[in-house]
Amino acid sequence: MKYIDGFRDPAAASAFRAKLEEHGKELSDAGRSVCILEVCGSHTMAIARFGIRSLLPDCVDLVSGPGCPVCVTPPGYIDAAIELAGRGVIIATFGDMLNVPGSDSSLAEARADGARIEVCYSPLRAVELALENPDSEVVFLAIGFETTIAPVISIVKQAAASYAANVSLLTAFKLVPPALDALLTDPDLAIDAFLCPAHVSAIIGSNAYEPVVKEYGKTCIVAGFEPLDIMMGIDRIVELAAAGKVACENQYSRVVTPEGNPIALQLMNDLLEPEDAYWRGVGVIPASGLKLKHAYAPYDAQVKFGISVEPGKEHPGCLCGSVIKGSHKPDQCSFFGKACTPDAPVGPCMVSAEGTCAAYYKYLRTT
Amino acid sequence: MLIDSVEADGTASVSMAGVTHRVNVSLVADPKPGEYVIIHAGFAIEKLNVEEAEARLGLFSELAEIKRGAERT
Repeated sequence: MKYIDGFRDPAAASAFRAKLEEHGKELSDAGRSVCILEVCGSHTMAIARFGIRSLLPDCVDLVSGPGCPVCVTPPGYIDAAIELAGRGVIIATFGDMLNVPGSDSSLAEARADGARIEVCYSPLRAVELALENPDSEVVFLAIGFETTIAPVISIVKQAAASYAANVSLLTAFKLVPPALDALLTDPDLAIDAFLCPAHVSAIIGSNAYEPVVKEYGKTCIVAGFEPLDIMMGIDRIVELAAAGKVACENQYSRVVTPEGNPIALQLMNDLLEPEDAYWRGVGVIPASGLKLKHAYAPYDAQVKFGISVEPGKEHPGCLCGSVIKGSHKPDQCSFFGKACTPDAPVGPCMVSAEGTCAAYYKYLRTT
Repeated sequence: MLIDSVEADGTASVSMAGVTHRVNVSLVADPKPGEYVIIHAGFAIEKLNVEEAEARLGLFSELAEIKRGAERT
């Protein structure tokens, strides 16, 4: 456990807090503040769990971003999955999709009504399900960011190797760098720096954020998920802001390389091509998604079953869309903690273990 | 997690705190027993660079020691 406990040492955290106070004072003495967006849902959860927000100087605002794959998936995607389940298809999915509200229903409700929804830890379980059920079709709900994409599309390789023709993917893959572009051009937002994701960056490499620094002049710091990683990353952002500098730096060098994971990137490049993608809360972002290339159409559930994924219908009054892009905090939503709880979620941010509302509900709720 | 053994079928047995899992290691180059890997959705997605991890731990314990020293005086 050395590689976990060592990154949670309270005395080192206290040292970082002192550094943060010092750099925060320099920043506020210069009459400035800094708005940091933590891109990734796992950072959001760790920041809430370890109480990091309470350690920040007043001049540092930390907002949560769109890095929860379940949260940015539109309700119309759930509708498409429910429709497939209604046609007798076995739906294989990561567990956090079950309670996400679609336009009218959820996969959990569809399962209660008799649909066959199988929760998988590894995507390759979908291939096993296909082999175990040769007379049925199996569709894996292929959502996720760069971290998850290569494991999920390994289904295609595995299915081809095991001659499983009855498995396909309902893809809604999303890419992080185009989302950062979209957030920086959003007039509702004024982001000064990004705390960049740990494991997405393990795949795409820290160089992927260079354009954000060069084109927009915003700092990007890649940080790990442990509390000291996060505090060190935030401290570095504040230190740079106080000095009036911007930079792209990798503080998670024990896992992230400048170029990323070449095997995963090659697999993604071989099987997938870019597409415009709809993000809940943000809208369509050009070239921010990936879909299977035409050569792999037999594994594309939208082609195979002739269905399309529409944006769908969101619950009126739910602020998930604004929470996802960081323009509102969860407790600014009138549903938060009242009509919307983890047991009875109205929006996806309350469902996912990486959702901002779920993080606030679990760790930061005051009422 | 720590790789305990690597099989010919592209999987490996990995463990943490006495709990063992079987994961797919096809996305990392040349996995070997004794190496640490980051696991996501049943796949090893990257190896841990032990030298970098040790360097960072060294920095953290140095900072912690300075802090403890300052509190003692």
